[in-house]
Amino acid sequence: VKENYIISSYCSIQKNLVVVDNKSVYSGTSADFGEFSASIYKHFAVSYPKFHKMDNLSKLAFLSVELLSGNKKSDQKYKGDEIGIILMNSSSSLDTDRHHQDTIIDRSNYFPSPSVFVYTLPNVAIGEISIRHKIFGEGNFFIMEKFNPQFMVSYIQQLFYNEIIKCCIAGWVEIDGNDYESVVFLIEKTDRTDEGIANFEPGTIQKIYNKMK
Amino acid sequence: VTDVFISSDNIITSLGFSTGENAVNMLADKTGIQLTENERIAPTPFYASLINSAQLFDRFSTFDDPDKFTRFEQLAICSLKDALSGSEIDLTDSKTLFILSTTKGNIDLLEKENELKFSRERIYLWNTAHLLQTYFKFRHEPVVISNACISGVQAIITGARLIRANLFKNVVINGTDIITEFVLSGFNSFQSLSTGPCRPFDKTRNGLSLGEGSGTIILTSKPVMSAGTNYILVGEGFSTNDANHISGPSRTGEGLFIAINRLSKKSPLDVDYISAHGTATLYNDEMESIAITRAGLQSVPVNSFKGYWGHTLGAAGIIESIMGIWSINNSVILNTKGYNISGVTNPIFIINKPVQKEINTCLKIASGFGGCNAALIFYKK
Repeated sequence: VKENYIISSYCSIQKNLVVVDNKSVYSGTSADFGEFSASIYKHFAVSYPKFHKMDNLSKLAFLSVELLSGNKKSDQKYKGDEIGIILMNSSSSLDTDRHHQDTIIDRSNYFPSPSVFVYTLPNVAIGEISIRHKIFGEGNFFIMEKFNPQFMVSYIQQLFYNEIIKCCIAGWVEIDGNDYESVVFLIEKTDRTDEGIANFEPGTIQKIYNKMK
Repeated sequence: VTDVFISSDNIITSLGFSTGENAVNMLADKTGIQLTENERIAPTPFYASLINSAQLFDRFSTFDDPDKFTRFEQLAICSLKDALSGSEIDLTDSKTLFILSTTKGNIDLLEKENELKFSRERIYLWNTAHLLQTYFKFRHEPVVISNACISGVQAIITGARLIRANLFKNVVINGTDIITEFVLSGFNSFQSLSTGPCRPFDKTRNGLSLGEGSGTIILTSKPVMSAGTNYILVGEGFSTNDANHISGPSRTGEGLFIAINRLSKKSPLDVDYISAHGTATLYNDEMESIAITRAGLQSVPVNSFKGYWGHTLGAAGIIESIMGIWSINNSVILNTKGYNISGVTNPIFIINKPVQKEINTCLKIASGFGGCNAALIFYKK
């Protein structure tokens, strides 16, 4: 059976630039990701107070999903347990790990905090997206040295093929200090070939990833 | 459909350096959870199940220089080495994949005393996986799975799927986590640590005990068959999200219920034994009892292994699955160490003394931070 998986929308955020479906939609000037992410939130009039409590990895993942063009539609089109979220990166939650370590480095100034510690797990970003969009489906966080289109596509294809998911939010969401890059895809199954931005294939997602470099 | 078999396994905890050694000590009702004084991990004494460092050092010294490797790497190498010695699979085959399951890896390298001992890159999880790949000469690029406390179950689910999709023939999975000041201080800040050895599902439970562990499970589509042995297969498995809270389990057990329900078109699921997550926090155990009851499995025997070796985080799903498989092979369900009187509102069948029973199917469940849940089936062929 030849099934066709398409990228209905994608969003990339890197170097002060937000791109959605091949169009630059916002650019910022801040060297600090915290400031840049806050400016994206404001510019697109996102209204979700929990955003401000998130760590930077969750903010990056959250905004990348928030700005996908079809996300509201797909929330309605699919049931919560039909949507999967598969994220990958290279640094896991190290950005927040360092923050937590700073709170325990000095025994005379020891203040570990649950609100920081909870974000020392990369999959909490999947949890944040799930809460926002009421997604109950398959979630998995992979860590690899580099963006790996071959692995991403073959893993997600078998999830579709085995009917574990009908729609997938998948992406590379990497942050390590003020170095950040994300590219998140909304992937759906279709029998038409004229839909979407591109087919969900290693070559096309590599091209989209390369464009942002 | 391609069948996924278990080729070999290993468990390392404070109770021993092999699956057999752990099982013997668990059958003898021993626990590795002890009141521990360790200034490097916490300013005051704490309950945990820690692997003896001198023993690990001696064991590692018999085949390599321990000073060249971190504690995490030493454990993972010891576990992989033991499991691989009992398996016939070809590591250099490009159809063999190595998966590392961990929450924190070499996180102790963030500590001041360790900063200069190893290169800066060593802390990255992909780098740890690459080091293990090189050590054992796996050809294919490794993958790390890091999904909080379901990491191990999720890694087995993922490995089995990749084999069923004919993308790989063999998947070698190691799950490891060590207990550090980083982890202990974090769980402490959540006030989720027990004041004594943890008591899963018990009325007096008041938190979890952390534990160190490393486990390896080798999955293959092509087992070497010998007569008279039971063959254990990895069945379906699913992960779900509660979409409710990032640090607290769902009060309705929604995510876990959906994961269990997905395993079968029939309801309730036909299963002989449930290996629960059973961390002994108030909310986790209560949530599991709700999900198990909602799935109609309240009369199926359930246990938790956490009272023996604590919560081993990224290793938990691996070593508890291995003990589930051991239970199938030995027709015995171990008691839930620390459990005495039920302290969950839904009456489920918690095992409090070892039970001899023919087991054809075992359900492994797990839940974790980020609202994630997983359910996975093992069965006898």
